[in-house]
Amino acid sequence: MTHLGYLLVGWGVSLLVVGLYSLSLVRRGRRLAERVPAERRRWMTSETPSK
Amino acid sequence: MFTDARLVAAKDLRIELRSRVTASQVVPFAGLVLVLFGFALDANKPTLDLATSGLFWVTVLFVSLMAVQRSTAIETTDGARRALLLAGVEPGAVFLGKATAVAAQLLAVEVVLIGGIVVLYNATIEEPALLIATCVVATIGIASAGTLLGALVAGVRARETVLPILMLPVLAPVLLGATRAFDDALGSVAVNGWSWLAMLIGFTAINIALGVLAYGVLLEET
Amino acid sequence: MTTSMTDNAREVSPPATGSRTTFWLGVVSLVGVVALILLSFFVAPEDDDQHDAVRMIFIHVPMAMLTYVAFSLTAIGSVLWLWKRSVWWDTVAHGAAEVGVMFCGLTLFTGSIWGRPTWGTYWDWGDVRLVTTMILFLIMVGYLAVRSLDGDTATLATRAAVIGIIGAVNMPIVNRSVTWWASRRTLHQKSSLTDGKLEGLTLFTMMFGLVVFSIVMVWMLIHRFRISWLERQVSEGDLSEALIARRAEAAVVSSEGGSK
Repeated sequence: MTHLGYLLVGWGVSLLVVGLYSLSLVRRGRRLAERVPAERRRWMTSETPSK
Repeated sequence: MFTDARLVAAKDLRIELRSRVTASQVVPFAGLVLVLFGFALDANKPTLDLATSGLFWVTVLFVSLMAVQRSTAIETTDGARRALLLAGVEPGAVFLGKATAVAAQLLAVEVVLIGGIVVLYNATIEEPALLIATCVVATIGIASAGTLLGALVAGVRARETVLPILMLPVLAPVLLGATRAFDDALGSVAVNGWSWLAMLIGFTAINIALGVLAYGVLLEET
Repeated sequence: MTTSMTDNAREVSPPATGSRTTFWLGVVSLVGVVALILLSFFVAPEDDDQHDAVRMIFIHVPMAMLTYVAFSLTAIGSVLWLWKRSVWWDTVAHGAAEVGVMFCGLTLFTGSIWGRPTWGTYWDWGDVRLVTTMILFLIMVGYLAVRSLDGDTATLATRAAVIGIIGAVNMPIVNRSVTWWASRRTLHQKSSLTDGKLEGLTLFTMMFGLVVFSIVMVWMLIHRFRISWLERQVSEGDLSEALIARRAEAAVVSSEGGSK
């Protein structure tokens, strides 16, 4: 396979960034959700938050 | 609306004149930047010739940051912004007035800068009409985009750092257009400067319209 | 479906932004990304001119397209916030800007990595799309910078929305100016693969990549939306707690210390 180095760097960094960002989203969500009482986490009861 | 705009512009310019900041700090700063670019390029004549118009407009962008910063500060101190609104001045008029005042200051600095590039960089002005038209149009564009973005960061603690981040990318087309038009006017690169001027007119028109429409939203918010 | 999900959520009530929908979206995303890697590296044929460097297209082009989708969402959300004061759209605008900046950065990154073997340079000032995308990237970084300032949520939303609109409105003129500016350069982009030369498995893999990353983006936007929503709840919660504390201090018996 030609240009393997370029391909690995390009794909590798991209997937890594996407993965890390996804992970950070989940962790930010967990941290915040702990601070909000269960009854106010509204999307749990309605998938499309009104307003 | 235009009467109000004139009043606001006159007020801002009077404040600037009395504080003498433009004359005693901004103009020397602009000159300093020109001299520094001279040092950086090692007084290399061919390079300097090619880069003159770019250096001129980069300097103007730096100066515009200072001018917008100061223009915004006038309104945020002592709740002057609220006073203006209470006085029943239309937000659009406030915008036009402030942008005019900024443009007037920038034009004054540009006159000095043109003298600077002629003397220091040995530039020759081959098309004075194009040069003047470019200066006027580009400056109004810079002033209107700058005034709107200035209002956007008004009252924010980190505004000195946020304003450049916002202003410089938005002003990128002005840098491209005005530099190319100047290349033509100074005869350093063979391009059609007038078509670039048309692009600048488009930029300026869009940003004046945006400012008149959006300035009120920002004024009401704070 | 909705009711069963509701019951389930009430029972377990995990303190996270996930739900059954995002769980399955996540599973599909993961499977999709793995399938995309296999397709891109082992199934799609190599290009006659570019050889295997062409395999960068399968990640670069979908990301570029989604960047513009995300920033369009930001522009639409900005308008609807200013016009209708829609908190929902404001939240979407913010989330889309964040996801968009990430995709945009990756577009520029994969583009320059791809450019090196195919154009012989990481960065070509003569390429319109490259320079336009870079300016857009910088404007949207400014948008996020304003969002991250401290201050009243509604004020920041308004300020950010104005930037979102300034960015969108200025894009045509940025594009125009860069086009003229670049046209005098001799070094010019080799014809992109999108001028009808793309066919068969290559085209299929690229479209597949677009679908996969669209699902990834939807997953991200839902999570990001819920984070913003939680942030709002937390700040309102803090506010109401502070109110309760104040009231207790003043020894006023108050049974309602609710939000707002």
